[in-house]
Amino acid sequence: MTVSAERVTGVGPPPDPVTRPRPRRRPRSARRSVRTALEVLFFVGPALALFLVFVVWPIIRAAQFSLYRWKGFGPLTDFVGLDNYSAVLHNEVFTDAFAHNLVIVVGSVLVQMPLGLAIALLLNRRIRGQGLLRTVVFVPYVLAEVIASVVWLQLLQPEYGVVDSLLSSVGIPGPEQGWLGTPDYALWTVLVVLTWKYLGLAVLLFLAGLQGIPADVVEAAQIDGASWWQIQRRITIPLLGPTLRVWAFLSMIGSLQLFDMVWILTGGGPANSTTSMATFLVTEGTKRHNYGIAAAASVILFVVALAFALLYQLLVLRRDTHDLSRLARPGSAR
Amino acid sequence: MKRTPFIYTVAAATALVGLAACGSDDDSADGKTVISWWHNSNTDPGKGYYEQVAKDYEGDHPDVDIKIEAMQHEDMLTKLDAAFQSGDAPDIYMERGGGELADHVEAGLTKDLSESSADVISKLGGSVAGWQSDGKTYALPFSVGVVGFWYNKELLSQAGVTAMPTTWDEMDQVVEQVKAAGIEPLSVGAGDKWPAAHYWYYFSVRECSQDVLTDAVTSLDFSDPCFLRAGEDLEAFIGEEPFNKGFLSTVAQAGPTSASGLLVTGKVAMELQGHWEPGVMKGLTEDNSGLGDNLGWFAFPAVDGGEGDPTAAMGGGDAWAVSEGAPDEAVDFVNYLLSDEVQQGFAENDMGLPTNPAAIDSVSDPALAGLLEVRDAAPYVQLYFDTAFGQSVGGAMNDEIALMFAGEASPQDIVDATQEAADAEK
Repeated sequence: MTVSAERVTGVGPPPDPVTRPRPRRRPRSARRSVRTALEVLFFVGPALALFLVFVVWPIIRAAQFSLYRWKGFGPLTDFVGLDNYSAVLHNEVFTDAFAHNLVIVVGSVLVQMPLGLAIALLLNRRIRGQGLLRTVVFVPYVLAEVIASVVWLQLLQPEYGVVDSLLSSVGIPGPEQGWLGTPDYALWTVLVVLTWKYLGLAVLLFLAGLQGIPADVVEAAQIDGASWWQIQRRITIPLLGPTLRVWAFLSMIGSLQLFDMVWILTGGGPANSTTSMATFLVTEGTKRHNYGIAAAASVILFVVALAFALLYQLLVLRRDTHDLSRLARPGSAR
Repeated sequence: MKRTPFIYTVAAATALVGLAACGSDDDSADGKTVISWWHNSNTDPGKGYYEQVAKDYEGDHPDVDIKIEAMQHEDMLTKLDAAFQSGDAPDIYMERGGGELADHVEAGLTKDLSESSADVISKLGGSVAGWQSDGKTYALPFSVGVVGFWYNKELLSQAGVTAMPTTWDEMDQVVEQVKAAGIEPLSVGAGDKWPAAHYWYYFSVRECSQDVLTDAVTSLDFSDPCFLRAGEDLEAFIGEEPFNKGFLSTVAQAGPTSASGLLVTGKVAMELQGHWEPGVMKGLTEDNSGLGDNLGWFAFPAVDGGEGDPTAAMGGGDAWAVSEGAPDEAVDFVNYLLSDEVQQGFAENDMGLPTNPAAIDSVSDPALAGLLEVRDAAPYVQLYFDTAFGQSVGGAMNDEIALMFAGEASPQDIVDATQEAADAEK
């Protein structure tokens, strides 16, 4: 359970060992407190600087840009208030993109959770070539998303691509416009490729979670005459709960920020059937130079992702973090 | 389902670019003036030719060091945007004119070349017009071409097509004939949108009078019914299903399954594309030969009852611009790039359509020479709409035209979407 425990605390309120009040020493020693401050600065400084420059500052700038009509160069002068937000929220391409993100969020969890669980349970048994199989399942995840996308783009080429060639050799003609070129199939095709790519992460996390399930619980069940299936259903999967919930959280946030895969496979097309919020804002920004609109879209994406994260934290993950914090401090049970 | 948040990637990339930029300056360590030059001839022979040109110039001017970056076209546009934002633009870069140039001029990014290049400008004559604003010239066009139909001679004769179409009725017939011969008539990179949009632009050039188009550029008014008729013409043509299988996701120029790739590998008979097409196709074949003598070109056919001049052309070009902070040597080098000598070599390598009259006879490719005749005979060359109207209006227009190719937008939708984007600019 090591991985999941780390992840859980990672998304909870961060325990900060450095800034935690140190054991009180002689309070009058100003030199010591300066020294402490310097130490804190030394260790936290670099990370904090990076965080401020690459996370906080861009967010502030994006929020600022979103209030102006701006072409990407020159000073910010044309203040338009919240017009950009209204334009984005009334834009059908954006609302569709939001819907596509939701489809990917739900689709990823619904497909990858059972599939990943099944594979993890299988790979958790003693079978020949276990290590090899685990590696094979994990390889797609190790590939850079861009590389995986380019490979699939070639495989999915209409008529001349491997997928269509194989299908037509067994008598099934591919769709006229190709899998990525038919508006009705394109988003589902993207979902299939995403599943191929990210199933490995689910399996890896689930396997790690399975390692953490105490063997004595399973043995006790075996002695009581439980079948393999009963053990999985009644013991393993419930005990895997925290891992599943954290994985679902990671998957959800990733799906909301979906960009590279779509950008390379379809560019958001055909007929805007695969746009995501991220492709929308990149198109508006870098392609059309409507940086104000793009910034407004990025702020909306940020707020949506934040809302998802907080809600999930409150409604789903809280139980896990609560349990864990109690476990970590056995003496403080109240 | 992606793990690394996009913003970090962008931030990291920006940081790298920023750090790299810190290291360079106009003066290198050995006292030479460094000129950075970005262009999109990233395949041979163009790439090698420009390297040679720079070397020749450096030979005559030992105090100048030219740093070339040859990039794929779309990459170059993205990098240019980033460079303009960071205020670290290359000294010499490509400008396509129209609304884009106007924005750059307004933001003070582009050098006024009116005086420093006066001799060259007078030599180039009318073709400079697209890069002028308020009587000042901001860039020197080195290649101006027109869009038309490139075709595979062998495939068309195989289908029994002997005369190239001059009207759309004849074109419909050709499409039918080619289909009947079991060949896909046309490829179009609708995945990239602009190649699809060229159809609508060109139908508009045929349907609309020059006055209407000229007015539209400044007034951004698309209410004239000729724009609607252009959409109807296009809708009817798409209805004939003349395009390659999978055209909605086909890209313009990258790889053998791109629209250009399909033409050069003999999978389709024709493609509507710009003057750069022979060069692109050469880059897509292993022996750099493209379709060779097998490549033909004909102009966009006339539309029955259209108000536009049937010999008018739609096209555009590329010009060398010098960024505001560039050293004077950069201007001198750009003038050299437009010299008879360099333009002749440019033409001999089939890199485009030279604008220097002294180089026109050096165009060896017969297909390009034919295109050049059409360009020089045209009463006017309408700049690509997405360039002329600027990226915001042009992008909205292209999006909606691509939707029409997918059967999801009507002629009225194209006009409405364009007008809406245009109104947002006013």
